[in-house]
Amino acid sequence: MKTEGKKKIWSEYQKEIADDHFFYVRSCIRQSFFPGSEQFFLHFMRNVLEKDVYENPSHTTCTGIGYHGDIVPLSTIMTVVARHFALMKEAGYKNIAISCVTSFGIYTEIIETWKHYPEELKKTREYLFKATGREFDIPENMAHTSDIIYKFRNEIAAKAKNLLVNKKTGEPLNVIEHIGCHYSKMFPKYGVGGAEFPNVLGGMIEAWGGRVVDYPERRHCCGFGFRQYLVQANRGYSLSNSVKKFNSMKPYKPDLILTNCPGCNMFMDKWQYTMKEMDGTVYGDNGESIPVLTYEELAGLVMGYNPWDLGVQYHMVQSEPLLRKIGIDYEPDNKFKTKDGRQMPVPKNLINV
Amino acid sequence: MEGRIVIVGAGTAGMEAAGQLARSGFLVTLIEKETTTGGHVKNWYHLFPDRRDSSEVISYLDARINHENITLLTGKTVDRIENNHGSFLVSTNDGSDIKADAIVLSTGFDLFRSERKEEYGYGIYDNVITSADLEKMFRKGEIKKHNEETPEKIGIVHCVGSRDEKVGNLYCSKLCCVTAVKQAMEIKEYISNAKVFCFYMDMRMGGAHYEELYRESQEKYGINYIRGKVSEVSENINNKLVIKVEDTLAGRPLKMELDMLVLMAGMEMSDGAENIAESAGLTIGENHFFSPVDNHFGSNKGNMEGIFYAGTCTAPMNITETISHARSSVLEVIGYMNKDVR
Repeated sequence: MKTEGKKKIWSEYQKEIADDHFFYVRSCIRQSFFPGSEQFFLHFMRNVLEKDVYENPSHTTCTGIGYHGDIVPLSTIMTVVARHFALMKEAGYKNIAISCVTSFGIYTEIIETWKHYPEELKKTREYLFKATGREFDIPENMAHTSDIIYKFRNEIAAKAKNLLVNKKTGEPLNVIEHIGCHYSKMFPKYGVGGAEFPNVLGGMIEAWGGRVVDYPERRHCCGFGFRQYLVQANRGYSLSNSVKKFNSMKPYKPDLILTNCPGCNMFMDKWQYTMKEMDGTVYGDNGESIPVLTYEELAGLVMGYNPWDLGVQYHMVQSEPLLRKIGIDYEPDNKFKTKDGRQMPVPKNLINV
Repeated sequence: MEGRIVIVGAGTAGMEAAGQLARSGFLVTLIEKETTTGGHVKNWYHLFPDRRDSSEVISYLDARINHENITLLTGKTVDRIENNHGSFLVSTNDGSDIKADAIVLSTGFDLFRSERKEEYGYGIYDNVITSADLEKMFRKGEIKKHNEETPEKIGIVHCVGSRDEKVGNLYCSKLCCVTAVKQAMEIKEYISNAKVFCFYMDMRMGGAHYEELYRESQEKYGINYIRGKVSEVSENINNKLVIKVEDTLAGRPLKMELDMLVLMAGMEMSDGAENIAESAGLTIGENHFFSPVDNHFGSNKGNMEGIFYAGTCTAPMNITETISHARSSVLEVIGYMNKDVR
């Protein structure tokens, strides 16, 4: 495999990522499933890099899951997104930072639709004005928050207390990266590195000492696929898609799966639990399952934050094997304690414990 | 007959036109951007449909331009063409200005850069090669994988960069299907136990003897033809290529391991010709090639009096068609010079 060929592709997909002054839009589900991720992003941007990141409590879901589940019409989701842009305009921001890949895909799809069908933009302006009296501008710069972490990946590397290296062997960790279908498959120009050989997560992994695994089903869906899961009768498709990926990555003995999208993280994490429960199958090395982390959680680990503060314990697949490989100290007894020391309920059936 | 003709491009069309015009008495300046003449033909080993050695065509063309009326300038590109009431000034990259009474553009084509079909991984996966790369292997006399092993299972992808809205080329490059058939047969001749699979959208075997070649490839060589486009290529831990393709006749997706994948790169207007078109105000067609004034009766005529087209600068053509088109361009030039409409 020639890395030079990949670099050539990456050079053609270097999107402009704003440096400061972001209007931040959260994900519906990330705060529940990976509660430390968005928190770390805001902390890193505001307190470490001293950037201006503003969030408006009036912003809502983008309705992307409803849209992909065929219950929210296109005109409605366009108006919801337009309302977010109106809040951004009112706050005086021009750069939007989007936490969720589904939302990011929605925003890119809508902006491209408006570009190609200006009559839809006109209609959306009318709907929003009639409904709320608000007006909006299209953002000058649109980034997924992984783009922003990618942009500052070398700053993180410079502050690294832990590298993605097996402390015992000195070998780089084998890291699977999964960018999520809606990050750049629809519009490659919006993704760092494009769609076929994306580099947004790969760039972080390499900057932090790891080795990116290029496995045959790298591009395949994580298994969410919206209707594969949202329609209950289809859930077998969801699981079989994830299993296809797990089987494909297994020979490479991955140490970690790094995800971009909340849905991908959830499914690649929880379907590993399901497979272990169903027939005892695990996909990692040494009889363990593969930890699945968000890029913010990984950035936090690299920078030496306490794993429990980052919320890595809230995945089904527990990260202790990874922490041991990297050589990160952790206090098992504090895993499910609040910051003031109260014991929280301990989830059952966690794997890799 | 008298007059000064500049021909831009010394591939098949340019060399044929130069030979004919020189023999008709014109003083011909033949300009070629490469250091050698012959265009793409010299990079091919055997030609379809009769498997003629391409060196025979090159020898024929070399003989055509071996004439005292022809001045050959190699390693030079045309920067600009100026028309002053029918008298042309052709400026080259070395600062020379060449006067001409008429110009024949035979700028040919560029092979589609297969890296642009990113999903196929050309330039990334070691054993993804193009039809041109395979010809080099034929010329060398061996087909080897990157690790010097002999491939046993080989895929051929048709329509790479052709009939493809994603890359902006809606047209058919016309020669890739027959090239695939020819190359598949040649692979079997080099590696008798090889399994060869051609992945096609439609088999467009429109030329003389093409259909017969297609039949022979199936009956005598056992080439497998699967109707469906390859959607993506990756590599597994054993360094085998893994392809995904939709078998549209069976109506189901297909996943296959291969040792080597050959991409049938299509034809595109050459970069140099685009510059010439821009500087001279020549019309470009929907297919991005030069657009002649009339597809039926003026396929050699440019939209500017005194500028003529020969060969694949107007559309994909095979060698037979290219030579015929070059010859008809000569007739148009002679007619133009005789009428003295300048």
